[in-house]
Amino acid sequence: MRAMVYRGPYKIRVEEKDVPAIEHPNDAIVRVTLAAICGSDLHLYHGMVPDTRVGTTFGHEFIGVVEEVGPSVQNLKRGDRVMVPFNVFCGSCFFCARGLHSNCHNVNANATAVGGIYGYSHTAGGYDGGQSEFVRVPFADVGPSLIPEWMDDEDAVLLTDALATGYFGAQLGDIVEGDVVVVFGAGPVGLFAAKSAWLMGAGRVIVIDHLEYRLEKARTFAHAETYNFAEYDDIVVHMKKITDHLGADVAIEAVGAEADGNFLQHVTSAKLKLQGGSPVALNWAIDSVRKGGTVSVMGAYGPMFSAVKFGDAVNKGLTLRMNQCPVKPQWPRLFEHVKNGYLKPSDVVTHRIPLEHIAEGYHIFSAKLDGCIKPLIVPNAA
Amino acid sequence: MPYTAEKPKIAESREELRARIPGWGVDLDPKDRPSVPRERFDPAANGGNGELPERQPERWPRERSIEHAMLTPVFGTSCPPKGLSGKMRRYAYQRFSEARAAHWLLLIAADRVDATESHLQSFRTLRPDNPITQTGVLSEFRRHGISSRFGKKRADLAHLPLDPIIVLAPWVLAYLAVRRLFRALFRRGRS
Repeated sequence: MRAMVYRGPYKIRVEEKDVPAIEHPNDAIVRVTLAAICGSDLHLYHGMVPDTRVGTTFGHEFIGVVEEVGPSVQNLKRGDRVMVPFNVFCGSCFFCARGLHSNCHNVNANATAVGGIYGYSHTAGGYDGGQSEFVRVPFADVGPSLIPEWMDDEDAVLLTDALATGYFGAQLGDIVEGDVVVVFGAGPVGLFAAKSAWLMGAGRVIVIDHLEYRLEKARTFAHAETYNFAEYDDIVVHMKKITDHLGADVAIEAVGAEADGNFLQHVTSAKLKLQGGSPVALNWAIDSVRKGGTVSVMGAYGPMFSAVKFGDAVNKGLTLRMNQCPVKPQWPRLFEHVKNGYLKPSDVVTHRIPLEHIAEGYHIFSAKLDGCIKPLIVPNAA
Repeated sequence: MPYTAEKPKIAESREELRARIPGWGVDLDPKDRPSVPRERFDPAANGGNGELPERQPERWPRERSIEHAMLTPVFGTSCPPKGLSGKMRRYAYQRFSEARAAHWLLLIAADRVDATESHLQSFRTLRPDNPITQTGVLSEFRRHGISSRFGKKRADLAHLPLDPIIVLAPWVLAYLAVRRLFRALFRRGRS
């Protein structure tokens, strides 16, 4: 089969690989029909995530058709059209039993601090991902769901991570009616978080980024008030000014490990790999939210330490909430929102790239060329 | 103002927001939010049976975090450790917990060694690594590399010059090392 393969920082190519095999009785092999590149894939691509091995296939956002099932699989059969949450999870462990699928303890031998994620390094379990023609899906009776007949493929693939994560991030903000919500980052997760904040009754939604084309999307898609932090000497002071010097009630951090806006923070983390991630956006969130407010962290960070302004968080009495999104529990409600037209996830898709050209797809997304917000990957076998 | 008790008023009324934003307030009630509360003990709702899953066969000694009591029942089988980088990775897993910076720093160092090993091995194949095609850099010409960046108030322009250095430095260093090696061998051959 053809599959994207990591060759070292900033380098990937498409190679011929063996079709994955059933390794466990509850595995399925899925033929991928559509995948996406996630902003967090760029952390792998840039060599920021420890134990990212040459030869790994990335991709935790994908949908497809069941090609083969293991002997104990009961809920899926060959030919089923399925969407697969980015979490690899068992459904049975202490954490899964409490709905914390992203913290599953039975699927990641390499680390206890993170669950299993498709195509996200050995730190997240050592599973190959879906930027390929076929992928192994463990716990096939637990994770995947049939895609509703009425749902578009492009909407379905965005439900496997980006939309669910943005929606989850807004929930962690514990938004109440009339709250002022500021979202840092106008990538797909930030856009979906902003949109979700309205569904939860926010009275004002503000989105901060430095890419004008993404801020334009935040205005049109997410109905948000926007600010380009590169235009302000100090975005935190500006945030105070536009909120009557109180600060936002809720801040959602949707940027993660490669945040820009502070040269030293960015270079020491994204370039020199001396921090788990650049906490510029996280620190802005901490400083922009009001005392007693809530910061919801959806950005992905590496497992190493980062220079977070924890003292400010303590002194302001903030509630910091975070997790990788447990995707599957979000789906029933999100299906309703998509069906009712409140959310149209595929509106953020800007590029559809054949698998054979994926190296260019990564560069376009990484360098933010050509107005790129969300690139999809179309495998040859689709 | 935070100097007085009242919260600043929102500019738009509930009705105005509902008219402007499709679906405004449909999840106002926390009961409609699937992750509220975030933790809810309900084994039946999560697809499993609460028992330890059947074990996946271990086809080679699988490295694992020493914070785990045992090898997890299911694990990824991509890219088994190999070469010097594999030895470094196995040591990082066997010796240091996830709480130790040494664990992660060793793994990151192993990643760089792995990349070097793989690049060198690729030169012994019919498909050596190609930094032009593998970085996708040609899309700079096809996808508006200049107009996407300049005149747009982008904050990332400040560190843009570092990217080619980070990508090219290993290649330049490798070239210099090989050249030095060949020169040394050539001198030894003449003397």
